[in-house]
Amino acid sequence: MAETAELVIQDLHVSVEGREILKGVNLTVPTGEVHALMGPNGSGKSTLAYTLMGHPKYEVTQGQVLFKGEDILELEPDERARRGVFLAFQYPTAIPGVSLANFLRMSLKSIRGTDMPILEFRKLVKEKMALLKMDDSFFGRYVNDGFSGGEKKRAEILQMALLQPQIAIMDETDSGLDIDALRTVSEGVNALRGPNLGILIITHYQRILNYIKPDFVHILVDGRIVRSGQQDLVETLEARGYDWIINEALNPQGV
Amino acid sequence: MADATEVLDVGLGEYKYGFHDPEQYVFKSRKGLSREIVTEISYLKGEPAWMRDFRLKALEYFESRPLPKWGGDLSGINFDDIYYYLRPTEGQGRTWEEVPEYIKTTFDRLGIPQAERKFLAGVSAQYESEVIYHSIRKDLESKGVIFCDCDTGLREHPDLFRQYFGTIIPPNDNKFAALNSAVWSGGSFVYVPAGVKVEIPLQAYFRINAQNMGQFERTLIIAEPGSYVHYVEGCTAPTYSSDSLHSAVVEIIVKEGARVRYTTIQNWSNNVYNLVTKRSQAFRDATMEWIDCNLGSKLTMKYPAVYLMEPGARGEVLSIAFAGRGQHQDAGAKMVHCAPNTSSAITSKSISKFGGRASYRGLLKVHKGCENVKSNVRCDALLMDEESRTDTYPYIEIEEDRVSIGHEATVSKVSEEQLFYLRSRGLSENEATMMIVNGFIEPIVKELPMEYAVEMNRLIQLEMEGSVG
Repeated sequence: MAETAELVIQDLHVSVEGREILKGVNLTVPTGEVHALMGPNGSGKSTLAYTLMGHPKYEVTQGQVLFKGEDILELEPDERARRGVFLAFQYPTAIPGVSLANFLRMSLKSIRGTDMPILEFRKLVKEKMALLKMDDSFFGRYVNDGFSGGEKKRAEILQMALLQPQIAIMDETDSGLDIDALRTVSEGVNALRGPNLGILIITHYQRILNYIKPDFVHILVDGRIVRSGQQDLVETLEARGYDWIINEALNPQGV
Repeated sequence: MADATEVLDVGLGEYKYGFHDPEQYVFKSRKGLSREIVTEISYLKGEPAWMRDFRLKALEYFESRPLPKWGGDLSGINFDDIYYYLRPTEGQGRTWEEVPEYIKTTFDRLGIPQAERKFLAGVSAQYESEVIYHSIRKDLESKGVIFCDCDTGLREHPDLFRQYFGTIIPPNDNKFAALNSAVWSGGSFVYVPAGVKVEIPLQAYFRINAQNMGQFERTLIIAEPGSYVHYVEGCTAPTYSSDSLHSAVVEIIVKEGARVRYTTIQNWSNNVYNLVTKRSQAFRDATMEWIDCNLGSKLTMKYPAVYLMEPGARGEVLSIAFAGRGQHQDAGAKMVHCAPNTSSAITSKSISKFGGRASYRGLLKVHKGCENVKSNVRCDALLMDEESRTDTYPYIEIEEDRVSIGHEATVSKVSEEQLFYLRSRGLSENEATMMIVNGFIEPIVKELPMEYAVEMNRLIQLEMEGSVG
């Protein structure tokens, strides 16, 4: 029987520099589904993204994160990556002097555990780049160095396409994208959807969800998920904004 | 070049050139330095009287000058405990078969004959004080290119040699140039006739084998108008508990419209004092480029210089220094603008780890009346841990107003965000660190021929893993 690559977050509490940001998050992303996590600024969305990938600055004080049945919280970021966890960064870091080609090849080698012949590798990357409307000049450019906002996000999705994770967390992938870039990136993500990939889209705005239709939607407010639903919840948010849901979450008796 | 920054999978971080051969020499001078020893060296080489007198005069300069008080700590050098001249063989091989077996084996282990077959136009191999193997491609020889050791240069091209020898770096220039001038031996003499372009590199390889050895090679390169040559030097030595001394002098003349590129990959073991004077003069529309990579040695003091003598001359220094445990790399560059409409650029990258110290020391000088000089200096230092150290000593002397000068210096650490990003893509902490370091030196490494770029990245990786000298 195939193992299921389900991501299960249970009662997750996370602090940054002594301040508690996540206050008991419960969320399950089964393989093959796309979940959207929405919330106002400061609700803890990016904290969740970084915590799932294992950034050393984020301290888990309680709870667990199971992936394929294993608690991954004790694992190093590279160990998580090799188990199939992927984070598309909101602000991808520049690595000056390292060409995208080298970086991708090293990364692919680390994830797969074997090297790929250079010609085969180039063919594979070109295929994926075409999907994201990236031209060959990206090969020689230094990783995220001098990339525009749209180029950075496309490069993130390129990595996702190449590394074939089983759970992808996309942190504000829509931020800083114009409408054309958003469409290209979304089409890239949609092409990757399938029964072996779970996706958690983290976003402030509903915009990207017009292109990537989520199966489920969750609202994060003040470090807790306060509501879950389907596409209609996105539309309600669109119409009414976050305020009503914040008020409801913070003053449960006041309704 | 895309693959040059690839993190190569190599073995453990030990200095792999630290082995040595048993000593079996045809001549070894007594330890220490005296008029008798200098005279004896000159006599053994069968030199003309002017060279013997030049050496003896230089010895006086050496003895009368104090040790420099700046730069690195030189107090550990015991000049009486050094062998100043060691002749390993009687003759010089034109094929590797003519080289004594044990020396050939050493150079085999260093990869020199293999490299020669693959991508070099000429090779010179110096073992202790003498060049024991030498070759140059026939087609270059027939175009009049000369590539031999300096002793042969003096013997076979006496007028040409004497015309330029010691003119760029006079024997009393500094204490170590004086020392070299007194006891010099081997090195390279390169002459490229007008208009001749040597498209693939000439390489010289320097190996110290004996303990307490002093190696004092002397190099003289003359590029006639419109010519081009790329000269590459590499160096290694065995690891001993006592110190050795390497003190070279390199003089280069780049005539009108010519271009010379001089690449060094210095990888001495960590018991070698490396005190080298390198200087060039670039004439009208000429280009001089020093690519200076310093990994090994206990202390390196080296500041390749370009004197820009006539309008249109261009000078560039690209330098990498890696300072590991117990090492001090005091390296940099000098650009001296002696004519208007000249330009220069210095790019220095240093990495300090395991308590090592890397210093950038540079001089930019523009003489009065040299209008429209353009110069840009950039030094970047990467600190790998808290115990390591980096310093910058940029001396700038500008006597002319109408110039354009840029200077930028940065000190950085490997950032947590960069590490996290790479690790989230499956790279281990070491791999991620190596990738960031390789990226840091890439602007210089990409200027190296492919084979050297790969070697350079490999050497940096060995150093990063903590090779113990």
